[in-house]
Amino acid sequence: MKPERTELSLIGVAIAIAVMAQFSPDWLVFTLTLAISTALVVMGVVMLMRAGLVSFGQGLFYCLGGYAVGLGGRFLGITDALVLIALGVLVTVGIALVLGLLMTRYREIFFAMLSLAFSMILYGILVKSHGLGSTDGFGVTDWSVLGFTPGDGQATTTALMLALVLALAIALFLNRYFRSSLGLACEAIRENEVRVEYMGISHRKVLYINYVIAAAVGSVGGSLTALAAGHVDPTMAYWTVSGEFVFIAILGGTGHVAAPFIAALIFTLVRTYAVELAPNAWQMILGIVLLLIILFLPKGIWSLFERRRRATE
Amino acid sequence: MLTVWAILIDGFIYASWLFLVAAGLTVIYGVMRILNMAHGSLYALGAYAAASALGWYYGGGGDQLWLAFAIIAVSAILIGAVTGLAIERGLLRLMYGRDEILMLIITFAVLLILEDVMKLIWGTTPYFVWQPYAAMGRINIDVLTVSLYDISLMGLSIAIGVALWFWLERTHMGKILRSIIHDREVSEAMGVNVRRMFTITFMIGATLGAIAGGATSPIISVVPGIGIEVIVLAFAVVVTGGLGSIAGAAVGSVIVGLARAASVHTMPELELFIIYAVMAAVLIFRPHGLFGQAVARKI
Repeated sequence: MKPERTELSLIGVAIAIAVMAQFSPDWLVFTLTLAISTALVVMGVVMLMRAGLVSFGQGLFYCLGGYAVGLGGRFLGITDALVLIALGVLVTVGIALVLGLLMTRYREIFFAMLSLAFSMILYGILVKSHGLGSTDGFGVTDWSVLGFTPGDGQATTTALMLALVLALAIALFLNRYFRSSLGLACEAIRENEVRVEYMGISHRKVLYINYVIAAAVGSVGGSLTALAAGHVDPTMAYWTVSGEFVFIAILGGTGHVAAPFIAALIFTLVRTYAVELAPNAWQMILGIVLLLIILFLPKGIWSLFERRRRATE
Repeated sequence: MLTVWAILIDGFIYASWLFLVAAGLTVIYGVMRILNMAHGSLYALGAYAAASALGWYYGGGGDQLWLAFAIIAVSAILIGAVTGLAIERGLLRLMYGRDEILMLIITFAVLLILEDVMKLIWGTTPYFVWQPYAAMGRINIDVLTVSLYDISLMGLSIAIGVALWFWLERTHMGKILRSIIHDREVSEAMGVNVRRMFTITFMIGATLGAIAGGATSPIISVVPGIGIEVIVLAFAVVVTGGLGSIAGAAVGSVIVGLARAASVHTMPELELFIIYAVMAAVLIFRPHGLFGQAVARKI
């Protein structure tokens, strides 16, 4: 398979960020890491949106990934970040395989509400589990990557490198996936599910696989957040967090694999300032922007890029 | 045996509160096919309006219970109707005809905006207006003490349920609304002013949310975020019962209310879990809720 333009530019951007991070202040590196991890969870929401489903409960997998890292370090004594992330993915895929059987029966608001209910169930359990710090959550133990233990002041940069490598791998995979027959079948299901069945494709199977992959990607995002922030708490599963993921997904649009990353970066940067400057107006800004996008930019900010490209061609 | 009584009493009190909160949500969905995420904010608005009006009344030396109730009702109805009108005329009107799921996201945006509007108006300090609750006193049923305010909440809930039933089943407007629920296009062709009906329905639904908030304000501390907590509960209730059905909302409230009360009295650590577990369990066997109807898929 010949590498194509999107893949080359993805790799290029990842290298550029890695180089730039060496000269950036810690807060920027940290913000970038958070943006990348958030983008991975949003990627899951986008994958579902491509199939016409909106999940108000992607926080479930985000939280599972985060808690797998926290619990794995605390009770199993695992220190390697990659093993911890893999643990999170394993747990998440296990749960998604069961939930997927049920979730793929639902569409539209029923899918949204049921996914919300499942993430709230996890929230409810975690809030009442006093051994795990209840609503306060608990700290993530120190971690290492492939034998390398980040020393003082290296942890943020190491977390970013880890996030970059994983996000690049996932983005490259999803870029191919979106144009594979499976990925295209998802879009066909969004347009008209019954006709997809007439063509001999099992829509349940396509949605099921899509759901499980989306869950796994979300779990990686949660794990990376936990590793970078060094802390997990039950709010990760609260439904407003999932609502933010939906917001970012709509902000970016479903047009391209890079869209969630750009949207998540904008979101995280704006939030960093907005929370300090206008802590009581941050949600209002979110709401107004969301309405403006739905009204004037229904395909997200990525459509701006596409429009310009079409104009130059 | 005592536990059973406690579960029944608590369960039905909680159920009547749930029905108050969920009624407006299900009315709006039934007629307009909009699952209104901002319903929780209307609840919170009603609670804030009633709390500050009551604070002003008791602060000025008032002590009449019936006046306090009148103040709750008037402030909640006013703020609910005005906000409902503003949301419907100012925003939703522009969005009709879009996907149900997009409407859900739009009302989510409204919720985000209203949450901060409330913070800007009322600040972040909690409001307490316990006076009406305390003034009503308590009664003893056997060895259990029950607040009379909670009992009157049950009465309000039943009254609203009956009023809604009467409105939809026994009045001229109710008949028109049912024709819209049945087939929007045909009723439009028969000369029904669907847009006007939508405005009225949304205002009534919003007002019901605000009334629920106003009636709850003496029991809770009114703080930012109560709307966000309430809306997921209301969702759980209406989805369990079947979206858009008043009877469904009533049955859903009773099931969820009893389940929660049973959990609180026997396994308190499962309190939050049980509500959503009930909803998930119902949806597994009845994908459209207990009273919901399956819709045919488009080809």
